[in-house]
Amino acid sequence: MSGSEIFLQQLIIGLSNGMIIALIALGYTMVYGIIELINFAHGDLFMLGSFAALTVVGLLGLDHLAAGAPGMWSGLFLMLLIVPLFCGSLNWLADRFAYRHLRDSTKLAPLVSAIGLSFVFMNIGLLWGGVPMNVFGLGRSAASPKDFPALVSNVNLLGQSAVEFTTKDLMVFVITLPLMVLLTWFVKGTRAGKAMRAVAQDRVAARLMGIPVDRVIGQTFLIGGALAGVASVVSSVYNNTIYFQMGYRAGVDAFTAAVFGGIGSLPGAVLGGLVIGLARAMCDQYLETRWTNVLVFTVLILVLVFRPQGLLGARAKEKV
Amino acid sequence: MKTLLQLEDVHSGYGLIEVLKGLNLTVGEGEIVAVLGANGAGKSTMLMTISGINQCRQGRILFNGEPIQNQPPHEIVHHGISQAPEGRRIFPRLTVRENLEMGAFQRANDEALRTGVEQVFATFPILKERQTQLGGTLSGGEQQMLAISRALMARPKLLLLDEPSLGLAPMIVTKIFDIIRDINRQGTTILLVEQNANMALHVAQRGYVLETGKIVLEDTAEHLIKNEQVKKSYLGG
Repeated sequence: MSGSEIFLQQLIIGLSNGMIIALIALGYTMVYGIIELINFAHGDLFMLGSFAALTVVGLLGLDHLAAGAPGMWSGLFLMLLIVPLFCGSLNWLADRFAYRHLRDSTKLAPLVSAIGLSFVFMNIGLLWGGVPMNVFGLGRSAASPKDFPALVSNVNLLGQSAVEFTTKDLMVFVITLPLMVLLTWFVKGTRAGKAMRAVAQDRVAARLMGIPVDRVIGQTFLIGGALAGVASVVSSVYNNTIYFQMGYRAGVDAFTAAVFGGIGSLPGAVLGGLVIGLARAMCDQYLETRWTNVLVFTVLILVLVFRPQGLLGARAKEKV
Repeated sequence: MKTLLQLEDVHSGYGLIEVLKGLNLTVGEGEIVAVLGANGAGKSTMLMTISGINQCRQGRILFNGEPIQNQPPHEIVHHGISQAPEGRRIFPRLTVRENLEMGAFQRANDEALRTGVEQVFATFPILKERQTQLGGTLSGGEQQMLAISRALMARPKLLLLDEPSLGLAPMIVTKIFDIIRDINRQGTTILLVEQNANMALHVAQRGYVLETGKIVLEDTAEHLIKNEQVKKSYLGG
């Protein structure tokens, strides 16, 4: 591989992972935008989604099929329905039973609850890893990383080229890009989306307008959670391994992405996701893997110090 | 005259502080009623309690004879009470048109929405001109027009107005009060809270004076303007 080919390859890997990070970051940024809560449980929700996806694989017996077999695509499609529904509902329930009661309390109260919920989720993941199913590696420890079967083949779509753009890379973009377009349309163009923005901008005014604020906030958690669920499926199929502590790293990456782009901004979250994905891929290649997390944290610190509103975030509160 | 809104011994407040200490007030159908009072007398708290934002700790709020106290705000809008709150509270990063759409949130019907927006634009051509502009970019007077229009989008029977003259130039204030009178002529009952007592009493038929959470005076607007105590405290002389 020549130097430029290596660079191109890292670019593809970085963008693919970046799209996954972006999906998780969207959930962070939407929830922050509407109730100013950094939902620290969001990364772990993503992790639980991966365990749900692996469970579906086991239940459908997809692990016995060859990658790319006809049943595989319908299986993947089914996962893309079930897992987001699972993650979305779980996130909705977290709001309904944990955060909603703390709405009028100090900002720290829901934040601490979110950290607590993150631990709860992580431990559920640990328990889940011990489920007696073949796909969970019968007999191996519950905490060990699980192999996620290769549902989508690794065929290089660029033919004999040394640079690989595989069916898996294509899958990432085919699933994530339309979803982002759909989300943008939803938030900009629909009544429910406008209500979300109204609640984010002035909750009291929104209530005075007759907008059922708690329901709108619940919808935001539902959608943000569902996006994390899609990310779970895509990431599991793309990276082929899941682990009960993977939510931590995913959470840090996505949180950094959201802050980088400007927390509360949807395009910002996508931009931030791509930047973090690329930074990780380049660091893995040109520096060393062990420096990658340092790089991500450095980016986070630099953004917080020099541009706390992020790249695309609103500069300051508008004067009314 | 039929009573539209009735507050009976209403208590409300924040934490340990009681702001409304047994408020009694009625608004008849078709009236403009003004509530005067100094800063901190509880005027905004009263409106926020009617709208269901603040808890009514004791007493009753009757609308069309039905108790509505402590119902969620969207139910209260649904009953036919909208508010243009103090400081206008326009959604700064929604367009003028979107702000209006939010006002009609309880009327999901697209047709009703369109006719509502058209009516507003007919009354306020300036808002039509600015319909794609963000709410936060409007001038104070335009924002007040938008706030009132947005509240009207729900087609309320009763419109609650909190300090519509606040921070506006005298010429704009006159215009806003003309608008208030017009809205009332078209059949909407209005409960108006104001520090600008002079303007308020000139559009209202009746008025109340609120002091530290209680009504201390109640009369026709005509009498209140001539009342020595009111003159001294609220009309500047």
